[in-house]
Amino acid sequence: MKTVSCTECAAEITPAENTEVGEIIVCPDCGVDLEVVSLEPAAVELAPMEQEDWGE
Amino acid sequence: MQKRLRIGVLYSRVRVEEKWIFAAMEKRGIDYERLDDRAVSFDLENPTPWRAFDAVLERSISYNNGLYALRILNAFGVPTINTAAVAEVCGDKLTTSAMLARAGVPQPRNMAAFSPESALEAIEVFGYPVVLKPVVGSWGRLLAKINDRDAAEAVLEHKSTLGSVQHSVFYIQEYIKKPGRDIRVVVVGERVLTAMYRKSEHWITNTARGGEGELCPVTPEIEALCLKAAAAVGGGVLAVDLVEHPEKGMVVNEINHTMEFHTVQPLNGIDIADEIVSYVMNAAKTDSNRG
Repeated sequence: MKTVSCTECAAEITPAENTEVGEIIVCPDCGVDLEVVSLEPAAVELAPMEQEDWGE
Repeated sequence: MQKRLRIGVLYSRVRVEEKWIFAAMEKRGIDYERLDDRAVSFDLENPTPWRAFDAVLERSISYNNGLYALRILNAFGVPTINTAAVAEVCGDKLTTSAMLARAGVPQPRNMAAFSPESALEAIEVFGYPVVLKPVVGSWGRLLAKINDRDAAEAVLEHKSTLGSVQHSVFYIQEYIKKPGRDIRVVVVGERVLTAMYRKSEHWITNTARGGEGELCPVTPEIEALCLKAAAAVGGGVLAVDLVEHPEKGMVVNEINHTMEFHTVQPLNGIDIADEIVSYVMNAAKTDSNRG
C-alpha cells in the first residue's frame, strides 16, 4: 500500500500491507485517528468522532 | 444440491475483531458480504435484498445503528447474531440488571430512579461511595464514583441538565471493593470459551481504559454463572463481565452483545473469531432448514 497524507497534519504515512478499507490508523505525528477509505489509490479521511452510544 | 449460505456482516469500523472474523469467513470459503452500517439502507416495503442473507452478524460500533438494524432484520425474518431482543437487553445496563434479577443471577445491588431527588434518596440508602452509570454506553465511559452527598448532588444535577434524556434515567450501583480486577468471560451459545482477568489500579478495570488482560481459569462456578447469565438475556455471542464481590462472591456486572476480544483471544490461543463464525453458520443453517 502506498503512502497517504494525514488530513490533519500532512504527515506522510505508510499503512501496513494488510490494511483494509474501514480500518482506523493513527497518525504517528499528530495522533489523530484516520479511517482508510480506499486502497487503490490509498486514501484516508479523518475518522468519525466517538459517539455516546459507541461500544461493545 | 444444498444451497450455499450467504452471510452479511454489519460493521462500522474494521477493528482487529472484524479483520479476524473476515479472515475466518474467507478461510472457510463462506459467501459473505461486508455491510458498512453508514452505507446501508432498509426499504421497509421491500425486504427481498436483505432476505438474500441466511444470517447477519451484527458488529456495529454504534448501539443505536446496530439495534435498529437488528429490529428491522428480525422483522424481515432474517436471522441475526445477536437478536434484536438480546441487544435490547444487553445494550441497556438497567434492562440487563432487571433481566438478571428476574432470573435470580447474582449481581451487584442496583437501584433506578427518574429524578435527581429520588436518585439522591436512593443513593443515601446505599451510603457512600456509590457508582452512577449511564444506562447506555461502553468502554467505561461516564461512570462516576460518588464519594459523598455533595458529589451526588453535583453529578445528578449535571446529568439531568447537561445530558440527553437518557441520562435522567439514574442507574445507581453499589460500589464494590474488588481486588483490582474483574473477569471478562466469552460465551458462544451454550459454551464458555475462555476468560481473562482485567487488572487495573483504577476502580474502572475496563481494558478500553487501560486495564491489562491475564488468563483466568474457567472454573465450574464461572461456567455455571455465565451460562445462567447468558440464558437470562436471551443467549448468543456474549461477553459476560464478572466482579468478585467481597460478601456475595462472584457477581455479574454487565453483558456485552457485540464484544471486543482482541485482548482475550491471544491469551490462550482459542480462535474466538472462528467460533463466532461457526455459531453464525449454525444459526443460518438452522433457519434455512426451517424455511
